[in-house]
Amino acid sequence: MTDQRSQAEIVRNSLKRRYRKERRFRLYGMLAIFIALASLAILFADIISKGHTGFVKTTITLDVTLDSETMYLDDPTDEDQLSMADFVAPIIAALQAHIPEADSAGEKRELGRLIGTYGASEIRDLLKDNPGLLNTTQTMEFLAHDRVSTYVKHADNPRYSVKLSDQQQRWVDQLQAKGVIDTGFNDVLFSRGDSREPANAGILGAIVGSLLTMLVTLAIAFPVGIAAAVYLEEFAPQNRITDFIEVNINNLAAVPSIIFGLLGLAVFIGLFGMPRSVPVVGGMVLALMTLPTIIISGRAAIKSVPPSIREAAEGVGASKMQVVLHHVIPLAMPGMLTGSIIGMAQALGETAPLLLIGMVAFIVDVPSGFLDSATVLPVQIYLWASSSEQGFIELASAGIMVLLTFMITMNALAIWLRKRLERRW
Amino acid sequence: MQTANLLPLVLVLAVVAYGLAYMRSRAVAAPLGGIRNLKALPFYYATRAALWCAIPALLVLAAWAGFEGKVIQGIVIASLPQDVWPESPGEASLILSQISNVAAGKLNPDFVPDYIVGAASVLETMDNQSANFKAALVLLVAVSGAAFAWTRVAPHINARLNVETTLRRIFFVCAALAVLTTAGIVFSVILETIRFFGRVPISDFLFSTSWSPQTALRADQVGSEGAFGVIPLFTGTLLISAIALLVAVPVGLLSAIYLSEYASKRVRSTAKPVLEMLAGIPTVVYGFFAALTVAPFIRDLAEMVGLEASSQSALAAGLVMGIMIVPFVSSLSDDVINAVPQAMRDGSLALGATQSETMKKVIFPAALPGIIGGILLAASRAIGETMIVVMAAGLAANLTANPLESVTTVTVQIATLLVGDQEFDSAKTLSAFALGMLLFIVTLLLNVVALKIVRKYREQYD
Repeated sequence: MTDQRSQAEIVRNSLKRRYRKERRFRLYGMLAIFIALASLAILFADIISKGHTGFVKTTITLDVTLDSETMYLDDPTDEDQLSMADFVAPIIAALQAHIPEADSAGEKRELGRLIGTYGASEIRDLLKDNPGLLNTTQTMEFLAHDRVSTYVKHADNPRYSVKLSDQQQRWVDQLQAKGVIDTGFNDVLFSRGDSREPANAGILGAIVGSLLTMLVTLAIAFPVGIAAAVYLEEFAPQNRITDFIEVNINNLAAVPSIIFGLLGLAVFIGLFGMPRSVPVVGGMVLALMTLPTIIISGRAAIKSVPPSIREAAEGVGASKMQVVLHHVIPLAMPGMLTGSIIGMAQALGETAPLLLIGMVAFIVDVPSGFLDSATVLPVQIYLWASSSEQGFIELASAGIMVLLTFMITMNALAIWLRKRLERRW
Repeated sequence: MQTANLLPLVLVLAVVAYGLAYMRSRAVAAPLGGIRNLKALPFYYATRAALWCAIPALLVLAAWAGFEGKVIQGIVIASLPQDVWPESPGEASLILSQISNVAAGKLNPDFVPDYIVGAASVLETMDNQSANFKAALVLLVAVSGAAFAWTRVAPHINARLNVETTLRRIFFVCAALAVLTTAGIVFSVILETIRFFGRVPISDFLFSTSWSPQTALRADQVGSEGAFGVIPLFTGTLLISAIALLVAVPVGLLSAIYLSEYASKRVRSTAKPVLEMLAGIPTVVYGFFAALTVAPFIRDLAEMVGLEASSQSALAAGLVMGIMIVPFVSSLSDDVINAVPQAMRDGSLALGATQSETMKKVIFPAALPGIIGGILLAASRAIGETMIVVMAAGLAANLTANPLESVTTVTVQIATLLVGDQEFDSAKTLSAFALGMLLFIVTLLLNVVALKIVRKYREQYD
């Protein structure tokens, strides 16, 4: 009796401690979830805070007098004259109209540096296309120099160092007050390829490159993946060969992606002599990488089709292949599509294997075909992120926001498809 | 004709073959009293014709396109005068690129020796001839395939069986592609690795403690040999992976436990997808975050407490990598925790244990093998991860265990050694393949062991 009572007492006395432990354990769990979610939030906040200014461009709008004397140009159709002419002079003259105090040669040069490096070539192209505009006054919008852009966007942010002289800063303030320097939506970002100058660089080239690469990946991985899944689920005999194939697929799913880059480099480029940096090779490498994902999800989808369907079809005389093609595949299609979209989203974000097959080259032109040199969105982000210029870091963050938008859209589509089309048996 | 044009042409031919065979089978069937007297539906005769037309032609096309470049290069090199024959593959690729640039009109013929110009015209003729032959052969194969199928449209031939066998074989080939991929990986790393070990002894590679793959341009420069000891890379990889696992395992495991045992259904249904978002974020984004936000933050923090930290510390890369693999650990642990039979849970609770005691003393030990398997899979992920370390860890091969210093990893070295133009024959390039082989073997072993553990564990409770 006494023993029992004392045991009950021990239990009762320890209860408080045990409940405390229980609460602490629970707290650890909540803390873990909090850490994971907070990291995600910090990551997003960081990228948005760095990247939202990437969607803003700084422009300088000027009334430029295309005076033939200041440019040393009297015939814009003459190539030799065009290559010798001074197209910076009219820009400086137009800026000086707003800032009369800059009249020494040095100050004028400083003034000219407010405009991005491609300002002069814009005037040249305009005159080349319309020779009749010589000696007229045109209102033109120029992209501001990267330093001006950084100053206008981030003057009050200590993280950014302003690389303008005090004098230039004062001029920029004056021009801004007059509305000559203005900011607007950065359409350049979505309409051009890469550039050495942040203000002129865009992600259109990378988006098109990604699109071409993904088309190749989809064209290979989707049919092959589904055929493989169908074979393994429906036709494969129970033997060593089948086992071997299954082991291979499972292992490939866990092979580091950079190894697929080595495969592409040695086999596609080294052995078959395919060109470097082209979407075809990139797409093939990514297809091999995505295949296991598509096969595994495809098999799960086929497995979820109930055997009664197959038995019913066989009962009315369908052959095995007819059962599969007419009934199993259509019923498993939503699940297969979901898996494929998720696999494609993975491939879209993949960078490492593409580095090895040369898709890191500096490419200005927007690719126009599967055999054009191209880069893809994540590689473009990597290239910009490794640059030391603040303008490029900003663009990299903006690029990340675009890439994440694509990926979230794809994943949302997969979830929607699953909810919408999936049948519960 | 270019491959890009031939491909759709073959497909169009296949469609035509389909249509013709369809009509032919109906025509054959008409005098017999309708298609019911055929052994198979017209659809199957037609499909067979399309397959006969397309498959051999596509195989020929693929084989030709795959090897045409190499063969033409060989012929062009052989056409050069004997005294300028390239001695090394590097030289050959240099000459070839000159030749192709002249042929493409990118390089002014006045600036290069005459034999290059001559070779360029050889290249051009060869390219044209090859394209013509290719087009002719592919079309011939396509048409004769279709014609053969046409002759085989007869009431007593069961086309359905032919079609089904062919499809089945195609499905098998698709499944076997995984084996082919593995073989391709092994082949591509092994060949170059053997060549590498011909130059650098395998014992140096495995046991030497210094890594500096930059071979000098001139023989008399300091360090002209280059050092290829993999130990500093391996310790760097392990250091970063260990930091990542130190973050990912507790966070992932505890959040899996909380979500499966404590969280209400609503919390669970929102927190889980959000957690999985972490797994869907591209690694380049994590790399950006690690290099530009976490690393400077850690450096500043270390400076504040009087420590010296590199701006590319192992800690930054490891922490961010840890965050990346949290969902991986948590979803795998979630699976194994749910696989523990409910009876064990109920029994423990019925004896008066609290939920955390049940978790710690009953479920966790039961699920431990599965959890260890999951951790091994996560480790193989961490070891093979590339972009985070390329962007946030350094290039200096320091042999150190200090997480505030900069280290380099196997994957970083593979990526940096192979980015940009390089020749296939320098020890520097070849070393990247040797590293790739090492990485492949290590991750493969981890995966095989992990999958075995997980499978064994599942069987135990099934």
